[in-house]
Amino acid sequence: MEISLFHYLIVAAALFTIGVFGIFVNRKNVIIILMSIELVLLSVNINLVAFSAYLQNLEGQIFAMIVLTVAAAEAAVGLAILVTYFRNRGNIAVEDINQMRG
Amino acid sequence: MNAMSDLSASVPLAYPELLLVGFALAAAIIGAWFKDRAFDALSWLGVAAIVGAGVLAMYGPFAPVEIFQGAMVVDGVAVFAKVLIAFSGAATLALGWDHFAKAGDKRFEYPVLIALSVLGMFVMASAQDLITLYVGVELQSLAGYVLAAWRRDDARSSEAGLKYFVLSAISSGLLLFGSSFVYGFTGSIRFDAIAAAVGEGAGGIGLVFGLVLMLCALGFKMSAAPFHMWTPDVYEGAPTPVTAFFAAAPKVAAIALMTRVLYEPFAEMEGQWRQVVMALAAISMVWGSVAALLQTNLKRLMAYSSVSNIGFALMGVAAGGEVGASSALIYMTLYLPANIGIFALILAMRREGAPAETVADLAGMAKQRPWMAALFTMLLFSIAGIPPFAGFMGKLVVFGAAVDAGLIWLAVLGAVAAVVAAAYYLRLIASIWFAPSAEQLHAPSGTVMLTATAAAALTFPVLVLMLGVVEYWAEAAVRMSF
Repeated sequence: MEISLFHYLIVAAALFTIGVFGIFVNRKNVIIILMSIELVLLSVNINLVAFSAYLQNLEGQIFAMIVLTVAAAEAAVGLAILVTYFRNRGNIAVEDINQMRG
Repeated sequence: MNAMSDLSASVPLAYPELLLVGFALAAAIIGAWFKDRAFDALSWLGVAAIVGAGVLAMYGPFAPVEIFQGAMVVDGVAVFAKVLIAFSGAATLALGWDHFAKAGDKRFEYPVLIALSVLGMFVMASAQDLITLYVGVELQSLAGYVLAAWRRDDARSSEAGLKYFVLSAISSGLLLFGSSFVYGFTGSIRFDAIAAAVGEGAGGIGLVFGLVLMLCALGFKMSAAPFHMWTPDVYEGAPTPVTAFFAAAPKVAAIALMTRVLYEPFAEMEGQWRQVVMALAAISMVWGSVAALLQTNLKRLMAYSSVSNIGFALMGVAAGGEVGASSALIYMTLYLPANIGIFALILAMRREGAPAETVADLAGMAKQRPWMAALFTMLLFSIAGIPPFAGFMGKLVVFGAAVDAGLIWLAVLGAVAAVVAAAYYLRLIASIWFAPSAEQLHAPSGTVMLTATAAAALTFPVLVLMLGVVEYWAEAAVRMSF
């Protein structure tokens, strides 16, 4: 079977969905949310690179490199915030993040 | 044009951004050397740099000029948005400087992060391809996460930072996923090339899917309902000067960016995006007004107020055409001063050394601080849309645009939402003037009073008298840009 653009898009959409569900369904640990965010961003990269190869156009690959860079910065900031949160609260369970609501 | 001559032609048009970059990098190094002793000097420089960037932005051309080989553009909408962003960013930085200096929390990173966030908004306002759009949004947000979690020793502030980070990261994911589909189905990341491809009928369902995902993500960034769920928590948990910052400049940047995305690359798909924007506008106006009725915390209440106000601005965008886009810009111009002034006064409300930020804490303000009470009342009247204040004029302009475009049901819904919203603003005013006085309110600082007085003067009478000027510039900006 020939692997076509469509197959790549299906894989990316599946990863994206898993990532989004990982953020919303997970009730345990904020680290899992950070992993899910990475999954979402990487699924976008699959999309971009697949389109780039299909279109014979480099812009998508440049976009993918920039997404990787920004994702690294985002993970760094996210982990730093998580550390300050942990120091204040002593745990990082998702169900305990509820000081403010309404 | 070859790369070098493009660069030398682009740099003068990018002076506002370069000034902010220069300030942020220099301030980071100065701060690393002198540590927190540099806080006052750097805050002063930061206000000067942001105002300077706004003034430099004013010199930009209204007719579109592409810079950096089409990655960014300087045009009327970009110039208009940058001036608004710079002045509201500088005002909120001055408030934060005053607040943190008095609180003894002088960390030099504050002006650096505000400048970087403002830089991100400038890039958003000038974005001309999908990469620039994404980088601008992320630069603004990444600085925002840190600012929301600014008070490291406060559980609510770190919780606000964490929530903002997680929810904003999801919306960035949506934005990128949408962008990748737009790229894939049109074959380019450049707005002009996307517009050309859309005009030739490229895309189909994949492109609509990408556009809708991008709109949802931008709706999230401007906290339009139903993507507003982060807003109340972040506004409540973040330190008040940071909340004031979040409530002002990023909204303008997001509205300008959304207008550009809808009017430049996707102008030919108006039939598809109009429904989405109308839905965002309707839900934001109604939900923002109704949910605010139940709030007791002033910052949470203002969060819902900002949701409903974004709904009104989106009503202008939904109206479409030059009139619609310029009415959204006019609305933001008239809305911002009242918003910044109210946050300045909330910042100044302290009783017995502790911040007082509930509706009940407004009690007795009229007796203890009559000037503050008068300013608060004026600003609330303006934001509630009561004539003759600027907020009323703003609502009039967007309603007019919506009616002209045939969206009468949306205008009626907006009027009903504005009446509901007036109920909770009047509740605050009643509390200020008629509730029995509680403990003594501390005297507000000079910076706060200056900001609030200037904001009140802008809402009435300055901006009302200058309405024609604002309308003229906004219409010229939109006409020459798109």
